[in-house]
Amino acid sequence: MAQDIWVLGTHMTAFGRYPDQDAVDLAATAALGALDDGGVTITDMDLLACGTLFQANAGMGQQVQKQIGQTGIPVYNVSNACATGATALRTVIMAIRAEEADMGLAIGVEQMGKMGLLAGGARKEKNVYEPSGRYGAVMPIDGILGTDTMPGVFAQAGMEYANDNDGVGFEQFAKVAQKNHAHSTLNPLAQYQKEFSLEEVMGSPMQSYPNTLLMCCPTGDGAAACVLVGEERFAALSPEQQSRAVKISASVLTTDPYVESGAMQPDVNTLTRNAAQTAYEQAGVGPEDLSLVELHDCFATAELIHYDNLGLCEPGGAGDFIDRGAPWRDGDTPVNVSGGLISKGHPIGATGVANVYEVATHLRGEAGDRQIEGANVGLAHVIGLGSSCGVHILEKSGIS
Amino acid sequence: MQIPLVDYLVLGDEPYLQANECTHCGARFFGRRNACAHCGHREFNPVRVSDTGTLRTFSIVYRAAPTIPTPYVSAIVLTDDGTSVRSNLINIEPDPAKITLGMKVKLDTYVVGTDDDGQEAVAFGYAPV
Repeated sequence: MAQDIWVLGTHMTAFGRYPDQDAVDLAATAALGALDDGGVTITDMDLLACGTLFQANAGMGQQVQKQIGQTGIPVYNVSNACATGATALRTVIMAIRAEEADMGLAIGVEQMGKMGLLAGGARKEKNVYEPSGRYGAVMPIDGILGTDTMPGVFAQAGMEYANDNDGVGFEQFAKVAQKNHAHSTLNPLAQYQKEFSLEEVMGSPMQSYPNTLLMCCPTGDGAAACVLVGEERFAALSPEQQSRAVKISASVLTTDPYVESGAMQPDVNTLTRNAAQTAYEQAGVGPEDLSLVELHDCFATAELIHYDNLGLCEPGGAGDFIDRGAPWRDGDTPVNVSGGLISKGHPIGATGVANVYEVATHLRGEAGDRQIEGANVGLAHVIGLGSSCGVHILEKSGIS
Repeated sequence: MQIPLVDYLVLGDEPYLQANECTHCGARFFGRRNACAHCGHREFNPVRVSDTGTLRTFSIVYRAAPTIPTPYVSAIVLTDDGTSVRSNLINIEPDPAKITLGMKVKLDTYVVGTDDDGQEAVAFGYAPV
């Protein structure tokens, strides 16, 4: 059995807009915060993994070193769509498990500003049609042969679930966003902290049916970081450090296996199911044991189908699950008590680390007004189209 | 003179979609593949895809890049011979009350643009039967 890995320190910036800072500032803030939180310094780190998507070729990890300490350790700059942050964590975990490092720092950061839709190219009027690209297209096909836009792609994923299962429609999807906006009012780190009625959610401008504006995550800026430590170094830490540490009892990354429809409509289900199953086996826990879940609600339609993919509800029962309030913070399995991507925000590279920050903070009993009382096991899930899925299961240390 | 929007649309009296089918496992792909994503085999045969199918999922897209007309209905159709195709639903109101999951649809083509040489680009979509 691989050795235990612990989150020793963790920190995230509030998500939002930072016109006066750059991504390096945000990443450095998160990194220094995580080091301070763990009671260690940059000189204790054996490696650094830094995840960012839109500045993937910027040498972000080395830029951060210039701000917080150039100790000569190896840096791994990683990029894996919306699973970028989880991939940075996995990189440090694998290095510790391979015994190439005792302690490492994982950072996720993104500065997006107001960049708007992330896919779906503008159509340019071309003077003479000439086939180009893998499909010999004579003009951009977005909007002619279906949609490339994220609200639309994830809308279709949700509507496919509605096609296959009873009791799922516009209202059930809208209830997901109503919940996450309500949860965010308790989280001072959330980009938006405003409650909306179900009618307001359903009545806000339609982006891609059934996703209205209030059912879509915003673009934004932010960073999060974790200091991870292996068994041997952990044993030498102070009792206070050990008691606040959180055990990583599962760490999994998957990609999408072949399915017939996958080239037309990205399959966000199978890789999530595979990751969840492996993670539950690694951790020796089941979905019924989870005190809280932070899952990838880039759109309300996505959250609903992941209730089923992560085994939080009966097979086919995601509509009933939200209808009876099960994923609310006082329900059976609180989901996205941070406000989720929909309201906490989704600076892409930061998200997979920020989800782990959120779960760890609850397990430590340090989540303030939004604390889930008695939390002892939590799950963090992210998915990046393309596709990659990261799942981490965390447990309270149990050391007092 | 007409030219297809994409190379897997074959024009003629009865336009149809052409897929590359793995000779080993039968998986179908639009566009070229170096090897089959399902089984890794490296040989493919071109096959004609059924023109009829059912609506598997859809979204009515209101927000898109500035030059793209909205709203439009994006859809995934499962053809009667089991191939998934992404395109727009056409000849239908973009109204969720008018669109039923599982509804029968059929391939249709239309002119989507004309270039400076008078060449017409022909696109495909699926219309209710």
